[in-house]
Amino acid sequence: MKYTIQIVGVGGQGVLLASMVLGNAAMKAGYKVAMSEVHGMAQRGGSVLSTLRFGDEVVSPLEAVGGADLIMGFEPVETCRNISLGNRDTEILMNLDPVYPSMVAAGFEEYPDIEDLVAAIKKVSDKVTTIEATSTAVKAGKAVAANAVMIGAVAAVKDFPISKALLKETLSDNVPEKFLDLNMRAFDMGYDAMRGN
Amino acid sequence: MANILANHGKELLLGNEAIVRGLIEAGVKFASTYPGTPSSEIGNNLEDIADKTGMYFEFSTNEKVALEASAAAASSGVRSFVFMKHVGLNVAADPLMTLAYAGVKGGMLVLSADDPSCHSSQNEQDNRYYSLLSLLPMMEPSTPAEAKDMMKEAYEISETLELPLIFRTTTRVNHARGIVEYQEPKNTPARGMFEKDPAKYVNIPAFSKPNRVRLLGKNRKAKELSEMSALNFMDGDGKAKTGVITSGVSYTYVKEYLPNVDILKLGFTNPLPETKIADFIRGKEKIIVVEELEPYLEDQVLRICGQNGLGVPVYGKRTGHLPREWEFSPDVMKGLNVLTEVRDTPVPLPGVDIKLPARPPTLCAGCPHRGIYAATKKAVGRDDVIYCSDIGCYTLGVQPPFNTADFIVCMGGGAGAAGGFSETTDQKPIAFLGDSTFFHSGIPPLVSAKFNNHKFTMVILDNRTTAMTGHQPNPGTGRHFGGRNTEPMDIEAIVRSIGPDFIEVVDPYDVSSAVDVMKRAIACDGVSVVISKRPCPLELKKHKQLEPKVCTVDQSKCIQCFTCLKMIACPALIKKDGKVDTDPSQCIGCGMCASVCPKKAIEVKK
Repeated sequence: MKYTIQIVGVGGQGVLLASMVLGNAAMKAGYKVAMSEVHGMAQRGGSVLSTLRFGDEVVSPLEAVGGADLIMGFEPVETCRNISLGNRDTEILMNLDPVYPSMVAAGFEEYPDIEDLVAAIKKVSDKVTTIEATSTAVKAGKAVAANAVMIGAVAAVKDFPISKALLKETLSDNVPEKFLDLNMRAFDMGYDAMRGN
Repeated sequence: MANILANHGKELLLGNEAIVRGLIEAGVKFASTYPGTPSSEIGNNLEDIADKTGMYFEFSTNEKVALEASAAAASSGVRSFVFMKHVGLNVAADPLMTLAYAGVKGGMLVLSADDPSCHSSQNEQDNRYYSLLSLLPMMEPSTPAEAKDMMKEAYEISETLELPLIFRTTTRVNHARGIVEYQEPKNTPARGMFEKDPAKYVNIPAFSKPNRVRLLGKNRKAKELSEMSALNFMDGDGKAKTGVITSGVSYTYVKEYLPNVDILKLGFTNPLPETKIADFIRGKEKIIVVEELEPYLEDQVLRICGQNGLGVPVYGKRTGHLPREWEFSPDVMKGLNVLTEVRDTPVPLPGVDIKLPARPPTLCAGCPHRGIYAATKKAVGRDDVIYCSDIGCYTLGVQPPFNTADFIVCMGGGAGAAGGFSETTDQKPIAFLGDSTFFHSGIPPLVSAKFNNHKFTMVILDNRTTAMTGHQPNPGTGRHFGGRNTEPMDIEAIVRSIGPDFIEVVDPYDVSSAVDVMKRAIACDGVSVVISKRPCPLELKKHKQLEPKVCTVDQSKCIQCFTCLKMIACPALIKKDGKVDTDPSQCIGCGMCASVCPKKAIEVKK
């Protein structure tokens, strides 16, 4: 068994924390783990990609283009940009809350309508599930828990090889005590949102 | 998160954390660095934990000083570690080359973190050649776990040979994450004794000649050790017709994606185990050498074939089957399918049919560099100037609307070039550099400019930290970790002592005042220096020292001239439906946009 998650988003969105939680859960589940992260210059508001591979025999920290089993998209444009990391069987989890690039914010470039982005991605894949992670996190108590919403949603992905209980337990180990309730709530809401889809 | 200090067990560690764990297990008691990605997280971790393990650690002012300090520790019998990014080793190359002649007593590793694909670097030089140039032994790990384990043997080899050892990593090892099993830390002394031995440590010509001969002898001994080392091993049953010779992270791609080959995995890569390589090649129908960047192994394999009368064809970069540029990946392995079977991977989805906005890295919301760049542009107007920039966050000024980078080569390089431009062109040079870069290598070009009467403006962007690499302290901030507290050094006082013709300190958040200062600095017919001083907001946020403020736009006063966007272009300014507003989730209330607004339509609120 081998399973690859490509986590895409923008620096500062918590892509690294999500990949840490998922990676640690994979280790606890007894799998071998190989990951690759983006640190440094690219983190300054740029696109970021974290690759997480786990299974019985994995050693390469990178995956072939098209080789992802799951694309975890923290940001709609970034999900679209990285769609070729997946194939027609790849589960695609797409957060719909945008982060505007600076050139868009300044009015030099256009950010497409979210509906158009969803339509474009659905044209190439029928395995797209959308989620409003940030607004769900706000309902859970705070926008910063968008991360936990996304991880909860992953727990509900069809045939995901790590149990919901283990994912939730690993998340709880990796968040500060005072935000524990918030994150647990956000996780459950993410899970339910994905289930409801 | 990961506990690097645990006594036993296993953790999911970043390569750089695994390296720190390796230091602890090897009993290293002295470490020094100048921050540089992809090696930066080693320093950030050591800043937190070094003293808990009895290790002394410092951020030296540059890589050269760091290497010299580690050399002294090792010469006194204390195990030492100096680490830097690949281009940092250029700075430290001077002491490295002669240290090889002298040798060391305690083990010493020189970690060079190379950056294939230039993820965070100005070039992708292959530092393995430094091992050939210096005649020093070298090792290359493939994964975080191997990096940790390899360090044990690396220190033993260094001590056996009494030579520093080059430990060469790449981004996909430093920034990979994998499961690392912990072993018991080794007990070694933290205090040493320097035994004077001029014939060894004082390389005047009379002594360097015999030391050169001794170094060549150590190189021969190192080759024997490389032949015996378990770090150079065959992975496979030895029956495959195709043999792959590989090292570093490339091994992981070969292992997973090339099923029908025997692999000679090299971890001890200078000197190469020539006999082992020749034995591996003998009987094979073909050899493929898989390595990132330059044909370092490949060219030596071709020589080994020649010297051993082996007519086996060798494929790789010289035959055009593998690229010389950029890092490898599973996809690069597909180029080898004309030579051997490559594991199939699924057909990727086609790209989406919609225009996506680009998202390059950018200066943060409220970044003080925005203010000084806006002020400089305004002060310059239509005059022809040359922006000589440097290495740091401010490099991002290359983007519009600033375009304040015309010439960048290396740390401290902007000011040096400014001197040359001032003597050969009629374009006024303006050199930007950061506070940490000023201490690293920005002082000599300023001294040189004064000495030679150059005419340029140096702008020191003092954001009170080494920001780009993850907020390490520098001499301008003082040191406050590992039980040592030192006073911040005053950049202004240092500059004044050099005697420039003009010097002023400005607050870049007060853009209009900064415009005035920049005008006078540029008009100065000599060496002028402006210190733009304001702490990095990310650093303040980290230490919970950022005062909660936010800017708001009074739409009744705003005339939609968009001066704020054109001059500051802050990511917290959002233009929508012909209007500009602030994004409260990003805005830190720095007031730079308010400072440039001609109608005073932007207000800073607490």
